[in-house]
Amino acid sequence: MAMTSGPTYDAIVVGAGVVGACCAHYLAEAGLKVAVVDRGSVAAGTTGAGEGNILVSDKEPGPELDLALLSQRLWTDLIEVIGPECELEAKGGLAVGFEEETFAQLQVFAASQRECGVVATPVTGAELRALEPHLNPEAAGAVYYPQDMQTQPMLAAAHLIARDVRAGRITLHTNTNVVSVTRGSDGAITGVETTHESLRAPVVVNAAGTWGGEIAALAGVDVPILPRRGFILVTEPLPTIVHRKVYSASYVANVASDEASLQTAAVVEGTKSGTVLIGASRERVGFDRTRDWSIVSTLAAQALQLFPALSEVSLMRTYGGFRPFCPDHLPVIGPDARAAGLYHACGHEGAGVGLAAATGHVIAQSVMGMETTLDLAPFAATRFGVVHV
Amino acid sequence: MSDQQITILIDGAVHQVPPGVSVAAALLTAGHRAWRTTRGEGAPRGLFCGIGACFDCLVTLNAQPNVRACTVLIEPDDHITTQIGTGRD
Repeated sequence: MAMTSGPTYDAIVVGAGVVGACCAHYLAEAGLKVAVVDRGSVAAGTTGAGEGNILVSDKEPGPELDLALLSQRLWTDLIEVIGPECELEAKGGLAVGFEEETFAQLQVFAASQRECGVVATPVTGAELRALEPHLNPEAAGAVYYPQDMQTQPMLAAAHLIARDVRAGRITLHTNTNVVSVTRGSDGAITGVETTHESLRAPVVVNAAGTWGGEIAALAGVDVPILPRRGFILVTEPLPTIVHRKVYSASYVANVASDEASLQTAAVVEGTKSGTVLIGASRERVGFDRTRDWSIVSTLAAQALQLFPALSEVSLMRTYGGFRPFCPDHLPVIGPDARAAGLYHACGHEGAGVGLAAATGHVIAQSVMGMETTLDLAPFAATRFGVVHV
Repeated sequence: MSDQQITILIDGAVHQVPPGVSVAAALLTAGHRAWRTTRGEGAPRGLFCGIGACFDCLVTLNAQPNVRACTVLIEPDDHITTQIGTGRD
């Protein structure tokens, strides 16, 4: 079937996850006419497979923490735009150490984060019990991170996109596969061909998450993003047992690890609907969605160490997905020097929801030719060196 | 047929139902269409998908809350109680 010549936009965002939603939102705020294209539905990829974490606590000092701190502030503003439907909760996080030694390590880590602007307070005894009454009393101590927040990521992405569509600021094309990214004779981006029509724009933002490497390849550039699988357990709805986002000290090490083999660490949090979410596993096994019940039981056992009160509780279901993993754990954000008009906003691994607001913010600044709030050099797509075409 | 029926309790009331059916079928047989209230609005809920997927038919069975009535077989002397909210408040 011949492609019909489609409409012209100022920018096309590929990917209707939470990162794509934020990119489209800030681009529209800047006055651009924006199209959002996704091969599935809104939040059908990694956004719909996560916990909705907006965290500063699990990030070591560096470019990602700076991005997370900016994003945390921007999310606070964005919630005013989206409204209460996205279930944003400024609940704070607790990193728990069971042994005195791990608690001491957590405090050293927290001290380094405080120098970057993170609020991180060591808590023990009665103070810790007041923050998290059902936490295992055998824990030596925890670091409390009041800036950590949580949202329901599918609702956040959907309501943000829906609001901008209703306002006539963006056009949404779901179930629309991008089959090529077109470039002019000078190499500059001219739009995308889709399974439905060709969309024209001088700017294409690659917000395809775990599949960002495929979109980059369509534009003729290499971005090394690999899937890192994770499972999450969902309990039956409960009265509030878990008040914060609570995780064991080993979680931070796992997030930062390059291991391909399975790693698990307890991450437990309640949701507004009453269910408790239990994570988190990380492994690089390609796009294999097969449930691994040994991982499920390991995660459940680790959650019980944090919250023994969950032992009488039933699991309702599990879900899983694929984090977009980059070899250096940093996302790919900003213009691609190899293709004028191509911008990347992908590869956020497990932090995409949290980093989405800042990502959209700096992408819009960059597209508009403004100075970006943060230096984007650490996030450059060309940082990986060898390009294998 | 009737001599094969089993005795169960629904909110303390004695009912005779056929053996070998799901808790949801037993409740429907006994004339109940709703056996739970939602956590937010307190709205009534009963059987919806009937195949274990939707978690709408949750009920408290023998003091255990959040049992999917469509996936568990009824047993003699089972005591089913209407579940209010999470069933744990």
